[in-house]
Amino acid sequence: MQRTVLLATTLAVVTIVGSALAAPVDYKTPDEVAAFKPGPNLEVVQGNCAACHSSDYIATQPPMKDKKSFWQAEVTKMIKVYGAPIDDADVGKIVDYLAATY
Amino acid sequence: MFDRRDLLKGAGLAALAATLNSTKALALDTVTLPFANGERPLVKYPQKRPMIGLTSRPPQLETPFAVFNDGPITPNNAFFVRYHLAGLPYDLDPDKFTLEIKGKVDKPLKLSLKDIRKMKATEIVAVNQCSGNSRGFSEPRVAGGQLANGAMGNARWRGVPLKTVLEMAGVQAGARQVVFAGMDGPVIDKTPDFAKALDLAHATDGEVMLAYGMNGEDLPFLNGFPLRLVVPGYYGTYWVKHLNEITVIDSVYDGFWMKGAYRIPDTPDNSVEPGTTPKATIPINRFTIRSFITSVADGAKLKAGRATLRGIAFDSGRGIKDVSVSTDGGKTWASAKLGKDLGNYSFREWKLPVKLAAGEVELRVRATSNSGETQPETPRWNPAGYLRNVVETVRVSVA
Repeated sequence: MQRTVLLATTLAVVTIVGSALAAPVDYKTPDEVAAFKPGPNLEVVQGNCAACHSSDYIATQPPMKDKKSFWQAEVTKMIKVYGAPIDDADVGKIVDYLAATY
Repeated sequence: MFDRRDLLKGAGLAALAATLNSTKALALDTVTLPFANGERPLVKYPQKRPMIGLTSRPPQLETPFAVFNDGPITPNNAFFVRYHLAGLPYDLDPDKFTLEIKGKVDKPLKLSLKDIRKMKATEIVAVNQCSGNSRGFSEPRVAGGQLANGAMGNARWRGVPLKTVLEMAGVQAGARQVVFAGMDGPVIDKTPDFAKALDLAHATDGEVMLAYGMNGEDLPFLNGFPLRLVVPGYYGTYWVKHLNEITVIDSVYDGFWMKGAYRIPDTPDNSVEPGTTPKATIPINRFTIRSFITSVADGAKLKAGRATLRGIAFDSGRGIKDVSVSTDGGKTWASAKLGKDLGNYSFREWKLPVKLAAGEVELRVRATSNSGETQPETPRWNPAGYLRNVVETVRVSVA
C-alpha cells in the first residue's frame, strides 16, 4: 500500500517536472574562472583573443623552445584561418605578450 | 528536454532538474597530467561528474583515466567533451528541433526529433575517440589541445541508420559525399563553421548512425543533444554534435575542417620524421589500435607476488584478437584473457594474473586486431599529434 502511494506520488511529480522540462534546454556552463596572466599589452590581448575563446586555450599550450615563433604562428593562424579581426598594429603586441607571459 | 519515459528511466529527478541549471561549479581540485604544463582544474558541469577541465569556452573536458577501470562502458556523466567554436546552442528546443536533408536528393526532408524516434531504431556499442587524444605525449610537443589519454569513451548508441534517412530522401545519381553540420557555430562570421564530410559509400554503409540515445538515456547536452552522428571506428571529429543539417553533394567537400584541419601525413604509417612537415596529407580517418592498463596507475607501489592486471583495448572495427602483457619491460609477453565481446567497435576488456618480482617494474600492454594490426614500440609522430598508439608503459615500484 505504502509503495502504491509512493509510486503515485512519484508519477505525479514526474508529470509536473516532465512538462516543465519540455522546453528549451537552457544549459548553463560554470562561470569562467581562468584569466589572462598579467603582462605587457594585457588589454590588447583581452580585447582580441577573449571574444572567441577563454584564456586557458593559451595557458595549456606546451612549453616551447622558441616561444616567439610558436606564438607568432598561433596568432597568424587565428587571423588567417579563423578570421580573427586583429589590427596589424596589434599583432606584434600580442605575440610579445604571449612569448613573455606563457 | 526529457520526455516522461526518459525521466522514469533516469535516476534522481531532483538531481536532474537541479544539475541542468547549476552554476556553482568552480574548480574542485586540480590534477597534473604526466607531461610538462599538465596541471588542470577538476571542474563540475551540469550532467557531468568532476572532469579534467582543458578549456572553459568552448568547453573541453577530459575523462579522468580511473573511470576506464570501472567497466567497458563509459558513463554519460564521465564522457569527454570537445568543441571547436564557442557558439553552443545552449537554448535549443528539442520540440522545435529539425534535421534537414538536402542537396542532391529527390525529396528534401525536414525531420523532427519525434519523426526520427518513431523510425526503427538500431544500437551499436562503439568507441568515440578525439583525434587529439594523447596529444600531450607527442614529442616534440605540438600545438593544440593538450590531452592525456582521457579523450575517449565507449557507449551504447541508439538511433537510426543514416542509410535509412538518405534512402527516404532519395540520393541522386552523381552524388559523391555527404556533409554534416551541427547547431554549434563560430562567434564571428569569418570563422569557418564546423562541418565534416563522408564519402557516399561510407555514409550509406548501414553502420553510420544518427544517434539520440546514449547508454539508455538521451545524449547529454555537451555530447551533442538531441542528435549526433556516430561513425564507428572513425575519430570523433566526424561524430558531428547537435546535428541538424545533412547535405548530399556531387563533389568532394572542400570546407576548412576537411581540407585544412584534421589532416594526417600521406605516408605508409601516417607519420613523418619528428619535427618535420609532411609533403602531402589526407583527412584523418580510422582509429589506430590501442590498449591500456587501467587497474594500475603509473608510479603506483605494488606488493610483490600475485596480482591481476586489467585493462581495455580497441581498434577501428576489425575486432581485438589478442592482448599481450609484459611485466619485465617488454622482454617476455603473456596473452591476457579477453572479456565479453560487445562488438568490434567497442572497448574490449582484458585481465591477466601475473606474478610481480620486487624492484622497479615496467608493465606493458600491446593489442593485435583480427586483421593483424598491432601497436608500435616507438611512437609515430605527425605535426598535429594524431594517431598515437605506441605500446603503453606503466612504471611501478614492487616491494
